Amino acid sequence: MSDAVARQMRRGRPTGDAHHWFDDEAGPVVRPYAMTRGRTTSPTRHSLDLIALVVPEPAADDPGRDQTLSPEHVEIVERCSDFPQSIAELAAGMDLPVGVVRVLVGDLVEDELVHVTRPVPPAELPDESILREVINGLRAL
Amino acid sequence: MAFGRSSRKGPPPVEPVTLKILVAGGFGVGKTTLVGAVSEIRPLRTEENLTEASRPVDDLAGVESKATTTVAMDFGRITLREDLVLYLFGTPGQDRFWFLWDELAQGALGAVVLVDTRRLEDSFACIDYFERRRIPFAVAVNCFEGADVHPVETVRAALDLDADVPLLMTDARLRESVKEVLVAVVRHAMTFTEPTPEPAAT
Repeated sequence: MSDAVARQMRRGRPTGDAHHWFDDEAGPVVRPYAMTRGRTTSPTRHSLDLIALVVPEPAADDPGRDQTLSPEHVEIVERCSDFPQSIAELAAGMDLPVGVVRVLVGDLVEDELVHVTRPVPPAELPDESILREVINGLRAL
Repeated sequence: MAFGRSSRKGPPPVEPVTLKILVAGGFGVGKTTLVGAVSEIRPLRTEENLTEASRPVDDLAGVESKATTTVAMDFGRITLREDLVLYLFGTPGQDRFWFLWDELAQGALGAVVLVDTRRLEDSFACIDYFERRRIPFAVAVNCFEGADVHPVETVRAALDLDADVPLLMTDARLRESVKEVLVAVVRHAMTFTEPTPEPAAT
């Protein structure tokens, strides 16, 4: 602590803006893309839509056993094991940028620990029977 | 590392069909409220890092050290059946996040454009966007307390909507009201013929 700061503190005055940010406000301790080891794109060619669901493979029953996986990889598998989750849900639930989740899920797909559902391709609407079911489902809510 | 669940019992989880509907509209028009009214999870938010794509738009002069920006994107989930899940995405309101819209719009079933009659002009950009990309949408007028109530036809004329675009008066806080809007979007999507999409300029 510099003398000036110490002096100010003794006088009971705020020590300026430099120490304004605490805890979460100071940002993540680990920068998000450190979790992907700096990679911003996934090794797979899968384009992972925001609503693509991540479904664990039977091989992922005990993701903790695989020492090459990071805690975030393991968390993704765990979160999806009861009910498949979308990329968007994972990002929000784990408080990570969508881009980071995409890379991590890409790793898991590559390792064949999970697979990803393919949403309806763009410019191709789901067939009418599904839409009808959506309407019925909404009405029944 | 040890985890509580080392072997999964029962059949593997079902793989639902996922669909998405976008919720667009100007800033503060009630998108988050609308999503929250029907979602079974409280609206979640995702954040995006500032990428190359935003560089031409985001002028970083003077703040060159800024590497990330926060884009809040509300979304909600409605599990219609065990194998059918509908996601709602509230699109970011700021114009400079158009690049995110393209991704959100991919494969979307349809969209809701929420409008406030006191600030109709805020919704012009969204309506234009969905019209260009041939994404079926319904317009929902969020009836704010204290705002003048306009007849549906006046609003339709003011927004220059095509005759087949559903236009509803709604209260984004009420579940029943929002359900009605979503049903209107899906119904419209069913009748929507799909011509070749014209490339839209961004």
